[in-house]
Amino acid sequence: MLGKLFLYLQYPFVRYALIVGTLIALSSSLLGVTLVLKRFSFIGDGLSHVAFGAMAAASVLRLSDNMALVLPVTILCAVLLLRAGQNTRIQGDASIAILSVGALALGYLLMHLYPVSSNVSGDVCSTLFGSTSILTLTGGEVWACVALSVLSVAAFVLFYHKIFAVTFDESFARATGTDAQLYNLVIAVMIAVMIVLAMNLVGSLLISALVVFPALSAMRLFKSFRAVTICSACLSVCCTLVGMLVAVAASTPVGATIVAVDMAAFALFYALGAFRDAG
Amino acid sequence: MQTTGFQKNDRGRRIAFRRHVPQPESGTSAQSIDCPVCGLRIQPRQDIIDDVSAKPPLLTCQDLSLGYEGREILGNVTFSVRAGDYLCIVGENGSGKSTLMKTILGLHAPFSGQIITGDGLKQNEIGYLPQQTAAQRDFPASVREIVLSGCQGRCGLRPFYTQAEKRLAADNMEKLGLTPLARRCYRELSGGQQQRVLLARALCATRKLLLLDEPVSGLDPKVTAELYQLIADLNARDGITVIMISHDISAALRYATHILHIGDRIFFGTRDDYQRSEPGQGYFRSKGA
Repeated sequence: MLGKLFLYLQYPFVRYALIVGTLIALSSSLLGVTLVLKRFSFIGDGLSHVAFGAMAAASVLRLSDNMALVLPVTILCAVLLLRAGQNTRIQGDASIAILSVGALALGYLLMHLYPVSSNVSGDVCSTLFGSTSILTLTGGEVWACVALSVLSVAAFVLFYHKIFAVTFDESFARATGTDAQLYNLVIAVMIAVMIVLAMNLVGSLLISALVVFPALSAMRLFKSFRAVTICSACLSVCCTLVGMLVAVAASTPVGATIVAVDMAAFALFYALGAFRDAG
Repeated sequence: MQTTGFQKNDRGRRIAFRRHVPQPESGTSAQSIDCPVCGLRIQPRQDIIDDVSAKPPLLTCQDLSLGYEGREILGNVTFSVRAGDYLCIVGENGSGKSTLMKTILGLHAPFSGQIITGDGLKQNEIGYLPQQTAAQRDFPASVREIVLSGCQGRCGLRPFYTQAEKRLAADNMEKLGLTPLARRCYRELSGGQQQRVLLARALCATRKLLLLDEPVSGLDPKVTAELYQLIADLNARDGITVIMISHDISAALRYATHILHIGDRIFFGTRDDYQRSEPGQGYFRSKGA
């Protein structure tokens, strides 16, 4: 099995997939902590369904570049959701549910009414559960992904203290002169970018796993925001790498394998936490 | 011609008339002067001189009308605090105490009226101790991280904290006895310790004015007394002006210099005036204090 792995690693497309996977895991886990704490764990799910709908629309319209439609639509929805988070008639969880189910239904409907390829259910399945498309990335896509990930990690580092202040106590931050709206917007844009990137990797149904599992695992063991963030980033990268290698070696679906590894790590961290609390 | 002096308006606020009264007999006092406008001899009243020479108000709310989602819940609020005052805002549940505080902080826009900051106070130099939210109870953050985040307001777009800000946070932790807890996780602290952490954070945001929204709710009597003492010390020793929302009328009367009572009738004045006033008397009866 190991020999098979090394054989595969000689191919550039496998190396591309590993690079892209690592970067996506890194950027999604950084924001994961904030999202879990803001009670927006499911925003990943909601937004990825929006991205799915937009992607369906883009392929029906036969746009040469799907991203040109998917990214702006997803960013717009992310901004709307996070803005609506406070003081609205429809609460955060309900608005995510509405948006996610609506976009999913519309996207599927579009794909059914105007089939682009003969295998509609295959297309739908691969967008929902991630596809082998992570293994068919071109050099250009890899560079685009690297650039976007580096940008979002850099933005996270630069805005780290502000994101902390806004996440911990938005009223206090606003009252003492921090532009909370602006930083919520930054967070929303980063999430949207991350989700559009991550759809290739695990598909839109499993994206929440990338957001939630590393953050929750790290929160079980660590006590400061910085430690939780760093641990969650490392854990996410490790789990994704392991998951992808296993998937390549054992020919299992990439997305589902990564999520399974994340779950195992979560169980391990939980057990460690319980052990420490007891002892 | 109106007389000069103080008069209470219908909201119980002391209004100083700054117009002079022409004095028919001249030269009754060494302080009397000729009015530069009309030439009449005027005699300034000593209580106004005292008033004018006092510090200018730190924060003035003028005819404030406020509420949220388009519904007015409180109208005609007028009061001011000066440096070193300790103002307690009392009133029934739902009378708009928290909304008033959020309006002062700029979190809600008032429907009408204005909030004037003076004496060198900037809007973003107000320290705030909010009521705790559910999300904070399981927040993984160290005490130091939270206290330091109080400096965020002065950072602007600068991404990292300066040495001076880190020192300020350390000083405030020391002042509130939090230094041994600096690395502890916020969610593992007791309720009183958590409030002290949030108080230290508020102190990082201000040197002048603290707004406290029911700081002792949910604390046991011993910790409550300690926290009140801490706030009183900050007010007396560090000269920090305090505006506090409180349900606890006996504590309000023990520590506050001024009381703002909101509800059907609005009262603003000193503690002693409040005890004699009608809203105050009514509130004592209802609270059995």
